[in-house]
Amino acid sequence: MDLNFSEEDISFQSEVRDFLSNDYPDDIKDKQDKRIPLNKDEIIRWQKLLASKGWFAINWPKEYGGTDWSPTKKYILQNELASANAPVLIPFGVNMCGPVIYTFGTEEQKEEHLDKILNSDVWWCQGYSEPGSGSDLASLQTKAEKVDDKYVVNGTKTWTTMAQHADWIFCLVRTETTEIKQEGISFLLIDMKTPGIEVKPIITIDGSHEVNMVYFDNVEVPTSNLIGEEGQGWNIAKFLLMHERSGIAGIAALKRELSRLKEISATIENGNGVLLDDPDFRKKLESTEIELTATEFTELRTLSAMSSGGSPGAESSILKIKGTELQQTISELFIEMLGYYAHPFFEEDKIGTNETVGPDYAAPAMPHYLNYRKVSIYGGSNEIQRNVISKAILGL
Amino acid sequence: MDFNFNEEQSLIQGQVSQFIQRDYDWEKRQELSNSERGFSDENWKQFGELGWLGISISEASGGFGGSSLDTMIIMEEFGKGLVVEPFLETIVLSASIIDEAGSQQQKDEVLNKVIEGNLHLATAFSEPQSRFNLEDVVTTGTKQDDSYVINGFKSVVMNGPAADKFIVSVRTSGSQSDNEGITLFLVDSDQKGVSKRDYSTVDGRKACELTLEDVLVPSDAIIGKEGNGLGLLKESINKGILAVSAEAVGAMEVLYKTTVEYTKTREQFGQAIGKFQVLQHRMVDMFMEYEQAKSLLYMATIKHSEGAKDADKAIAGLKYHIGKAGKFVGQQSVQLHGGMGVTDELNVGHYFKRLTTIGTIFGNSDYHLTKYSKL
Ligand SMILES: Cc1cc2nc3c(=O)[nH]c(=O)nc-3n(C[C@H](O)[C@H](O)[C@H](O)COP(=O)(O)OP(=O)(O)OC[C@H]3O[C@@H](n4cnc5c(N)ncnc54)[C@H](O)[C@@H]3O)c2cc1C
Repeated sequence: MDLNFSEEDISFQSEVRDFLSNDYPDDIKDKQDKRIPLNKDEIIRWQKLLASKGWFAINWPKEYGGTDWSPTKKYILQNELASANAPVLIPFGVNMCGPVIYTFGTEEQKEEHLDKILNSDVWWCQGYSEPGSGSDLASLQTKAEKVDDKYVVNGTKTWTTMAQHADWIFCLVRTETTEIKQEGISFLLIDMKTPGIEVKPIITIDGSHEVNMVYFDNVEVPTSNLIGEEGQGWNIAKFLLMHERSGIAGIAALKRELSRLKEISATIENGNGVLLDDPDFRKKLESTEIELTATEFTELRTLSAMSSGGSPGAESSILKIKGTELQQTISELFIEMLGYYAHPFFEEDKIGTNETVGPDYAAPAMPHYLNYRKVSIYGGSNEIQRNVISKAILGL
Repeated sequence: MDFNFNEEQSLIQGQVSQFIQRDYDWEKRQELSNSERGFSDENWKQFGELGWLGISISEASGGFGGSSLDTMIIMEEFGKGLVVEPFLETIVLSASIIDEAGSQQQKDEVLNKVIEGNLHLATAFSEPQSRFNLEDVVTTGTKQDDSYVINGFKSVVMNGPAADKFIVSVRTSGSQSDNEGITLFLVDSDQKGVSKRDYSTVDGRKACELTLEDVLVPSDAIIGKEGNGLGLLKESINKGILAVSAEAVGAMEVLYKTTVEYTKTREQFGQAIGKFQVLQHRMVDMFMEYEQAKSLLYMATIKHSEGAKDADKAIAGLKYHIGKAGKFVGQQSVQLHGGMGVTDELNVGHYFKRLTTIGTIFGNSDYHLTKYSKL
């Protein structure tokens, strides 16, 4: 039992802090501080900057351009970045497709894709969900029929995050109709420029365009884009779920937002005092803080088990549930804090300009609250995560 | 004991319900909400013709002399259709104040036009620093001969964009949070010194920031007596709470029913998701929150219409529960719809948004629980 960082860890921590105070681009920082959504170019610029430091694909093995860092060192980097409210990485390439390719891909596939992911030269999106297959992903219907050296893909993917920016999509497709649904699923990489693909926006309740429908109409994909074997797709997807779950709870970001709540509520008038001193509001902040601390140490315990050789397994479901509940609670407390000024609603491109009303921090709060209803739905809904825990841990 | 509507009340309910089913489908509602005006003047006129706009206004002022029960019936139906026409702002909050305390001249000038559907009102009671405290007023009115000069700022004034006249709470004496010294003024929106910054709110309605700069009004613009505004305002807000609570009950009914229907038809893992017990219990809880809300609504509305001594407490209790229940039902409806629930296209998210703002308007659950415990 030891809660302290080593000297090496501490010096790395100050290296990251120095980087953030000297090299975090002002324009991106300004947008992040004002909670203005970044555009594609800004996200890529930030990811490339991290890559130039060797701080981007930290979970990849060293031979593919990653690191051999200890979990603690990884934790420190993620923690410092989130505390500074640095942009969140787009996970589809670096945390999802990359690990699949270096684990299951052929030499040619590694050659073709890994460097481009490392350098953020290619934007990936994730094509799993379908209109009829959400929680029950294995029921997916998008078909890939082998014709000579090609797969002909037909079907519809939905909720595809940022497909409008994507160069490539990694898909789960059905290559065979089998008795056991899972056995006919394959993992296929598809170039978004291939003829027959159409992307249609889905607008969400916060008014933003983050997700899409992706239609495949006789899309021809070279069989060399298959990852692993035909029928291995489900296992690959399961590997991905189990793999790389560290940081899933987003503890550092939660801490940052909670202290922001405290700071701002200390400036909001409420009767004769300030809102932070309102006993009801304060108790909510404090009970959230305790829950957050518990989740932080649950995560640290999981990390420590991993570093001594354990696998995170179903424990990561606890972090997903608790982390997303905290994200939603905090976004809700922002709304409560703002009172009436939570209600004026402006389009995304007005946020951070003088076209909004009320205090500067008001305008992004409601879109954020609404947008974050998603976190208990995606990535395996919180109901599904509870099913996982009850089966895998409690044995029910 | 009788919780049934009388013949007249049933008639109104049937009328409003029919209007929503026949003339207020979802596409139309969205079209209106997204329009510049934010609602339909034609509908508003029709409300006037059907007598709905005058229902709660006294007979002496040309209305039908109904009570908060009649308003409740209309608002509950409006909640089911997520009606964007500003019945709450023009009728419930504002016309009621003039009917109650206005001079004959003010009544003549305002109420007939309101009842016919030719005039819109807004009550401007919140300021950036005031949170939910109605007595926290720093907008000032300084007496000058037989006039007043008003200076100040009102925030998030609901229906401000359409309002022809504003009822503004103004401090004419005392300090920031004194109960005494608040005066209500009737101010024309095109009066010199009045400026508005209009915008949409998250629930698909409209509001504005209202700036009053050296607005010169005659003393007969005062509603009621100088310094006596807080009591009038509180009564108007009480009516407002009852109205939005009824609206919330209507909205919750639609949400729990829509969710139940959805989970009967949406299949995952080879069965309707409504077969999963955890979702069944969640929907049972949604349903119970709705029923409890309806019970408190009826109780508080009856007490208010009878002028019961503990009506204020009943209303605070109701608003506490509405905030809590609306949040639960709204969030869970979205959750149980999965990805569909977060789409702009589906109406569920829009009901959720209105329940979210209703949770805050006139004070959130914390505010009303504190108030309840002090009454
Ligand atoms: C903003 C957003 C972004 C997304 N991005 C992507 C993406 O990039 N790529 C991608 O492939 N997918 C993405 N998704 C899809 C996401 O993974 C699915 O929405 C999720 O799996 C849930 O599926 P569903 O929406 O079909 O809901 P359903 O599966 O229909 O679920 C509806 C409700 O039923 C519950 N439920 C279902 N089964 C059970 C059960 N057995 N027991 C108890 N409760 C159950 C669910 O928890 C939920 O509350 C995204 C979704 C959202 C909202």
